Amino acid sequence: MENLIKELVTKMADDALILGHRNSEWTGLGPVMEEDIAFSSMAQDKIGHAWALYRMLQDMEGGQDPDQFAFLRPASEYKCCHLTEMPIGTYEFSLMRHFLFDHAETVRYSSLLESSFLPLRQLAQKVKGELKYHTLHADAWIIQLGKGGAESHEKMQAALDSCFPLAAGIFEPGPDDGGLSDVYPGEKVLQERWMENIYPVLTKAALNLPGEVTPAYGGRYGQHTPYLHALLEEMGEVFRQDPAAAW
Amino acid sequence: MYGGGYIFEEPKRQPLSAQTPDDPEKLAAFEKRIANGEKIEPGDWMPAEYRRQLIRLIEQHAHSEIIGALPEGTWITRAPGFKRKLALIAKVQDEIGHGQLLYNAAETLGKSREAMINDLLSGKSKYSNVFNYPAETWADVTVIGFLIDAAAIVNQVANAKGSYGPYCRALERICYEESFHLKQGHDAFIELATGTPAQKAMLQDALNRWWQPIMHFFGPPDKASNHSEKLMQWKVKMASNDDMRNQFLDTYVPKIWELGLTLPDPLLKKNPETGKWEYSDPDWDLFFEVIKGNGPCNKERLDVRKWAEENGRWIRKALMRPEEMKRQTAPVA
Repeated sequence: MENLIKELVTKMADDALILGHRNSEWTGLGPVMEEDIAFSSMAQDKIGHAWALYRMLQDMEGGQDPDQFAFLRPASEYKCCHLTEMPIGTYEFSLMRHFLFDHAETVRYSSLLESSFLPLRQLAQKVKGELKYHTLHADAWIIQLGKGGAESHEKMQAALDSCFPLAAGIFEPGPDDGGLSDVYPGEKVLQERWMENIYPVLTKAALNLPGEVTPAYGGRYGQHTPYLHALLEEMGEVFRQDPAAAW
Repeated sequence: MYGGGYIFEEPKRQPLSAQTPDDPEKLAAFEKRIANGEKIEPGDWMPAEYRRQLIRLIEQHAHSEIIGALPEGTWITRAPGFKRKLALIAKVQDEIGHGQLLYNAAETLGKSREAMINDLLSGKSKYSNVFNYPAETWADVTVIGFLIDAAAIVNQVANAKGSYGPYCRALERICYEESFHLKQGHDAFIELATGTPAQKAMLQDALNRWWQPIMHFFGPPDKASNHSEKLMQWKVKMASNDDMRNQFLDTYVPKIWELGLTLPDPLLKKNPETGKWEYSDPDWDLFFEVIKGNGPCNKERLDVRKWAEENGRWIRKALMRPEEMKRQTAPVA
């Protein structure tokens, strides 16, 4: 049981860290200053969630220091989904990713409010308030840009088309699935709830979900895009100069 | 952070005041208000030259915030450990927020944010020279966070006592946040200074490279500065370049020396008789070359802003002119 919980917490932490890292890359580059600030703010929240989850792992048997665990682990031991790994690309891609991911986080953490695992239940209480603002932000922008004229609509539709198969990979059935029904309801149930939540927003934004898609699976088993390896190289560049030193 | 003490000269242009002379009675009343320590507010009468100088000052300060976010911003993805990573993102985010506050303050004087950004991108409007140097290592981030923030605070605390209400209020909030940046910068700086030999060496190297840009930060010596007494009288400029530089050296050089670090100026010392710091003259020719656009990173900094402006254009357009669109087909569930 504890190993399965560790799998769950690790993938949640890795998702949050890697997407937080990606969102932080918008600091200074946003299309308007207010969006720089928003992405930066959400990046801090995500990295903060990751840090809390890594500390949760540290408190479990065989746990490691969060900095060491996050900054030194090779890509093959990371459990994040491919959606989080992709470079920031265009603003519409990053915005769509944020929309799809934060709605997934919302259903996940909502389910954890009833978890039998106390540390996750406590974290969910704290995180739900932050996620409310993340999805409010995402929904407002998706609707505004989805209806912001032909060029804007076309870009948002293209972003949805490219993000959606990646986002479906969030719910890849993992090693933790099936054996944790008291802890959380499992990926299939979360994906159904997620669809119920994103669908009305996309409708308001006049965006069409792509038809048949092949979900980008593999991340939960340590199979990643080359982008993750490059990201981790960069993230650990200073820390690895002397992992025993205080920075 | 980051308003440098130096207000850059604009390209030659006939001042508005020379075209339309100010009403002497109104001018006298305005100057009396300033002498009495009153704040000037956006709707109040003000001389055209006062408005022009303030726009220039606040605009340059705003540009310095958003450009100043870039050298440190490039280290967000490499910050070592959760604590530094979160602190650096928060700090750089604050700088962008300061830019936003300052553009708003400048807009109260009648120039739009868009016009200011356009002038930044065309090179017509300047920003603090110190950001035209590269942040080569993590130690550079700590030097910027500690010493350049500290230098900026010296300047901004002075300007917060100026005469223009919206600018002063923005600066009060900015200084409050800057004091946290300074603490973070100081903490990260001390961590390296008291760390491993490699960390100390990295910090010393960064300090050596940044010392001249820091000495440049407050602008040319008073004897060579062409600012009019008028700007001081109108409380647009609140302290002289040399006074601010001296105040900075007085507070921070001892802190640097206490940590066993050195500064690359053999003449640097406090004269016990005058109470003033003495130092080698930094290379002022280089300073003016960098202002002209020939510094190591001028092009890179503006290119990043141009990228953001160009890539964000469609978004700003969509925000300004939303068109209701009909749904073309039903979504596939």
